[in-house]
Amino acid sequence: MAETEKDLHTDDMVLNLGPSHPMTHGTVRIIATLDGETIKHAEVEIGYLHRAFEKSCEHGTWQQAFPYTDRLNYNSAIINNVCYAMGVEKLLGVEVPERCKYIRTIASEISRIADHLTCIGPSSMEVGAFTTFLYFVEARELMWDLIESLCGARLTNNYVRIGGVKADLPEDFAARAKTQFIKTRQLIEDVDKLLTKNRIFIDRMRGTGVMTAENALAWSWTGPCLRSTGVDLDLRKDEPYLVYNEVDFDVPVGAYGDNFDRYLVRMEEMRQSIRIVEQLLEKIPEGPINLDDPRVRWPAKRLVYSKMEELIDHFKIIFEGVKPPPGEAYARVESPNGELGFYLVSDGTGKPVKVRCRPPCFAAMQALGPMIEGAMIADIVPSFGMINMIGGECDR
Amino acid sequence: MTDGSQADTKPKAEENVPSFSIRRLQEKFPDAVMRWHRQWGDDTVVLKREATLDVCRFLRHDPDLLYDLFIDLTVVDYLPREPRFEIVVHLYSVAHKHRLRLKVLLEESDLVMDTLTGVWRGSDWFEREAWDMYGVVFRGHPNLKRILLYERFEGHPLRKDYPIDRRQPLIGPKN
Repeated sequence: MAETEKDLHTDDMVLNLGPSHPMTHGTVRIIATLDGETIKHAEVEIGYLHRAFEKSCEHGTWQQAFPYTDRLNYNSAIINNVCYAMGVEKLLGVEVPERCKYIRTIASEISRIADHLTCIGPSSMEVGAFTTFLYFVEARELMWDLIESLCGARLTNNYVRIGGVKADLPEDFAARAKTQFIKTRQLIEDVDKLLTKNRIFIDRMRGTGVMTAENALAWSWTGPCLRSTGVDLDLRKDEPYLVYNEVDFDVPVGAYGDNFDRYLVRMEEMRQSIRIVEQLLEKIPEGPINLDDPRVRWPAKRLVYSKMEELIDHFKIIFEGVKPPPGEAYARVESPNGELGFYLVSDGTGKPVKVRCRPPCFAAMQALGPMIEGAMIADIVPSFGMINMIGGECDR
Repeated sequence: MTDGSQADTKPKAEENVPSFSIRRLQEKFPDAVMRWHRQWGDDTVVLKREATLDVCRFLRHDPDLLYDLFIDLTVVDYLPREPRFEIVVHLYSVAHKHRLRLKVLLEESDLVMDTLTGVWRGSDWFEREAWDMYGVVFRGHPNLKRILLYERFEGHPLRKDYPIDRRQPLIGPKN
């Protein structure tokens, strides 16, 4: 017996997951040092999707940064748009019309549903539940359909402008949303029945990736991940922006801070988001959707072609850009992953001095290594999935 | 909505009155607070570099302030102004629901400050990013290496004097 033990290899093994691994969705690398199947140490390497977001923004006008913001968190692009626009509007010291606020809120919540569907669907597939993935892709298609009717694109939705939105809601939007939500609700309930009491799913999720509230705060977690640990922090409630103070919704919080709680929090948030949109569509006011301020408004095309002043206006606003007064501003929204912030610095010209995006999953990802240390190798997959790292946002 | 341009650029009255957090800091650290402002309602305090760590500990643990959630750390390059760099930190208090922005001014020749990881562990990757993009050294950081770029990248690309079209040498695998 002693002889065989001497020959057994007891060295640590280094396992390299990624950067291109089906589990990693985007591109991230986890270098795990293993003792048997237990993770002794895990190093997380990000940056494979870095594409110089901030540098590019600094070399364009304020408006030209919008398409870059879509590609941060591409699952909920409109929320990024909204946050950036709110930042520029804060610098300008202007407020958008009431109807625009409603439209932005509606579009944000639909994006949030799509984002949560994209998080739970693939994550459940990775732990073996393929049907739920297909159900949620179907539900996401319904949400994308609504977003497409707003801005014309399924992905890379570019809808928000400084001082307003690109276009008003289509005429049949409320009716369409109503039918889509009936189907989406049904799909969420179906998945709920398939997963929430599923023995295999619970075994993989319950008690894995556990985080205490204290540690979650220390690691700068926000959003559903923080709420799963029991901290009731939701900027929509705590620092209401847009029209969130005019709707009635609940903020679900978890109790154990494990992957299963993160799943439950997201499931409930989707139901609440549907509630929010339904309420908003009931009471959305009529009115202008764009700010009528010469500093941000684009002149009507018809006038640009026929009037000299409008032509000059148009030329200046396109070539020189919107010019916020010198100063700095921080705008933040509750994105599906947590607090998304834009810290903007203007020197009074048409080009930003600084466009800083505070990515929520960047903060969450730094805790992944410590979180999975001591866990089994199979726990990496659900823990990573439930943090919902979005490469575009994390690496910028 | 349309009367925007003139009225809005004037500072509002409350922007000239220090908020509770700013007053508390001024009382406690009269020498450390160099300037403050509340433009657009964002409480901002410019700190002396030497005092930053003490102020941060106080902000984190003082029961009336309790800034327990580290939101963001970034750097702004104000070339050609001196001091050229500004470290900008955003904080939030879950209990009191207030926010604060801290700023520390750094000279190009002495781009060093104390790490905040001892106060908020969450500043770890943000400081690595600041090192990566601007070359700011955080004294005492447990693992200060590049995060978004690769180790053999030359220069710090978010500095204003780094040209946007500069090419980097091709690198291959190490072995």
